[in-house]
Amino acid sequence: MVKGIFIILLFYFIGECVSYLIKGFIPGSIIGMMLLFLALYLKIINPDSVDSTANAITKNMAIFFIPSGAGLMTSFGVLSKFWASIIITCSISTILVIAVVGIVQQQMEKGRSK
Amino acid sequence: MKLLIESPEFILVLIFGSYLFGQWVFKKTRVAILHPLIISIAIIILFLNITKMDYETFQRGGQFVSFLLGPSVVALGYILYQQMSYLKGNVVSILTSIFVGSVTGIVSVILLAKITGADDALVMTLEPKSVTTAIAMNISAQSGGIPSLTAVIVLFCGIFGGIIGPFVLRILGIKSSIAKGLAMGASAHSVGTVKAMEMGVIEGAISGLAIGLMGVMTALLIPFIHQIIS
Repeated sequence: MVKGIFIILLFYFIGECVSYLIKGFIPGSIIGMMLLFLALYLKIINPDSVDSTANAITKNMAIFFIPSGAGLMTSFGVLSKFWASIIITCSISTILVIAVVGIVQQQMEKGRSK
Repeated sequence: MKLLIESPEFILVLIFGSYLFGQWVFKKTRVAILHPLIISIAIIILFLNITKMDYETFQRGGQFVSFLLGPSVVALGYILYQQMSYLKGNVVSILTSIFVGSVTGIVSVILLAKITGADDALVMTLEPKSVTTAIAMNISAQSGGIPSLTAVIVLFCGIFGGIIGPFVLRILGIKSSIAKGLAMGASAHSVGTVKAMEMGVIEGAISGLAIGLMGVMTALLIPFIHQIIS
């Protein structure tokens, strides 16, 4: 468990360093995630060493959003002003993403089996 | 009394306690909108309003919980690694579908938001809407959006996508298990994955994979699409 925590924090830190170097173009945690994935894929890190820690924190991830979510109280102004825009944009765009991903994937599978 | 309520210890008890309560309500009712996260956030906002505590004071305890968001995103790298086996033989089609889906999501959000009168900050807030909350909040913060609003928007899209997804897939005649799982995960992240699991084992696993891929793809694409469009 301690080793797992260390590895995840180390990759988080490395990710933050890279993010700093590229002027925050991509968030550090996401770079850390990609680097951890690569390290596992290239067998630099043993998957067993991060298994318990990674499972524990990703299974309960929702809790970590609560404090930031409560920050919503500071943006009630934006919400009341733009609620219609938010709902229209999200609904239509979500349907588009479902449709596009489903169609492209199914067509490519068909194309290959021919 | 005020001192005790404002202590990080009490705030942490409040955060975990309200979430446990939310989980209990959600299990009892099974109503999608009564998501534990929504209940918990509502309780806390109500509490802060009643006690007149400002958000900065709350964050003295909240920051410890917020910090864990970063490491949990890093840990997703391991989850993605575990799901690698489902990629085999479908690498090209899956990556292409996610790429097209991610571009569609970002561009449609920018256009729709601008048409409906959103300002720049709101566009940035909306852009990562199809991505799992932790990654979406990071992207939103990085590009100048409002992370807390992004979190709520992501949750809304997840619930909406989870409900409407199966209908859209049926209307379009999507029968491939991989396509169904991919579409649910890419549009409605973990909420979509729960629905995908009801469709089947492959759908569920592929949906989980789609969450990670969509997160990475969108994080990488947003800066570029910004430069092209603006």
